[in-house]
Amino acid sequence: MLAETLLVARKDLRVEWRAKVALGQVTPLALLILVVFAFALDANTSLLKLGAGGLYWVAVLYGGTLLIQRSFDVETDDGNMDAFRMSAISAPSLFLGKALALFVQIGLLELVLGLGIAFFYEVRIVDWALLLVAATAGTVAFSVCGVLWGVMSAGLRVRATLLPLLLVPVLTPVLLAGSRAFETALGVRADAGWTWASLMFVIAAVHTAIGLGAFGFLLEEG
Amino acid sequence: MTVVTTSRVKMTATPITRVLGVLALAATGLMALLGLVVSPADVVQGEAVRMLYLHVPSIWIAYGAFVLTSVSSVLFLRRSKRRADRGRHYDRLAGSAAEVGVVFAGITLITGMLWGKVTWGTYWQWDARLTTTILLFVTYLGYLALRRLPADPMVRSRRAAVMALISFVNVPIVHYSVDWWRTLHQKASLSVGRRPEITGEMYWTLLYSTVAVTIVAAWLIIHRYRVIRLEELRDEEALEALISSRLTKDDGNN
Repeated sequence: MLAETLLVARKDLRVEWRAKVALGQVTPLALLILVVFAFALDANTSLLKLGAGGLYWVAVLYGGTLLIQRSFDVETDDGNMDAFRMSAISAPSLFLGKALALFVQIGLLELVLGLGIAFFYEVRIVDWALLLVAATAGTVAFSVCGVLWGVMSAGLRVRATLLPLLLVPVLTPVLLAGSRAFETALGVRADAGWTWASLMFVIAAVHTAIGLGAFGFLLEEG
Repeated sequence: MTVVTTSRVKMTATPITRVLGVLALAATGLMALLGLVVSPADVVQGEAVRMLYLHVPSIWIAYGAFVLTSVSSVLFLRRSKRRADRGRHYDRLAGSAAEVGVVFAGITLITGMLWGKVTWGTYWQWDARLTTTILLFVTYLGYLALRRLPADPMVRSRRAAVMALISFVNVPIVHYSVDWWRTLHQKASLSVGRRPEITGEMYWTLLYSTVAVTIVAAWLIIHRYRVIRLEELRDEEALEALISSRLTKDDGNN
């Protein structure tokens, strides 16, 4: 199962590396969102520092949705879903493989956005460990939810609008928990940052369990 | 409600559902009488308390409808491969229950906002109960959007069934949000295993309202189920007519 998972993840990452859509389009766009937020808040540095956690996760949500969409567009455009169904790779391995590839891509996006809020919003990190754990938990949650909802809208004509409609309500608790954890890590509020980070892991675990069980049903056609 | 789209099924009503419809209408009338006239105004909330006779039963019905959607979805997923009819009736039941659930979740939000304006002085508060309820509402709107997509019916139904199961995770979160987080929203007025927060005529009116709204919801779900079935029959007949006209055309050419 591990070999199959790594095989699928490697395939997705190789496709992405060759196309360079994440690097060349999604990441600059997400950075631009951070700049636009600054315009919207009249470049008020103290306000930006206060809201940095929330703005960061909104940018991740935006960029992450594009990456998830792309991860399944690549498969459906070339008819790969049929190839997956006919291949000997198990549905759980496919689910985990695609989630792993998305984890790497969203993780890199978060790294760049992290540098972005440090540079543009001048934030100061007071709890590195919490920041890293919350970012990891959020990335896992985004990846597994992304694969689950991505396959749900894959191959449908209206997938560009359907995916955000399905994904955003599910990811809102992750967004809320991530924002609170980051606010604690950035010293904006003395709150239960670790509890919020744990909540993100719980959400990720629930979706992973559902994904492992249901991915086979979602792959089957007709 | 009469539909004349197909030759096989012409009505969405049967004698039993007609009786249920009349019962629903009478129950709603009595509920209005009890809630607006018989039940007294609250000492603290004043006349605004009357809103709760619709607000509380609505969310219970929404929860119940979403439970029905989830159970039907599980049965559909289990039977879609084994049975000749591919468990389509469970899919129809899931869809009709979800539609009714969304309507009642919407009623809960609207009556809650009106109650909030009178009691809190604002229509909306970013409180855990309100926020989770609107997320639940939007999630099931997404489910209904998925059900209406132009795709192969079995593919669409299977995806919708999985989505129904994932969406149900939100229901306990909404219900227990008032216990898990500090919220402006009051605790549950009626709860299993807990002393009711209200007593006397208010308690009985609320209990009766729950029964009345349940009858209305049952009537709606039954009719919605039948309308979905009629829509399927209409599509099947249209397809059959198209195929036979094509075959006739081909025979003529030969």
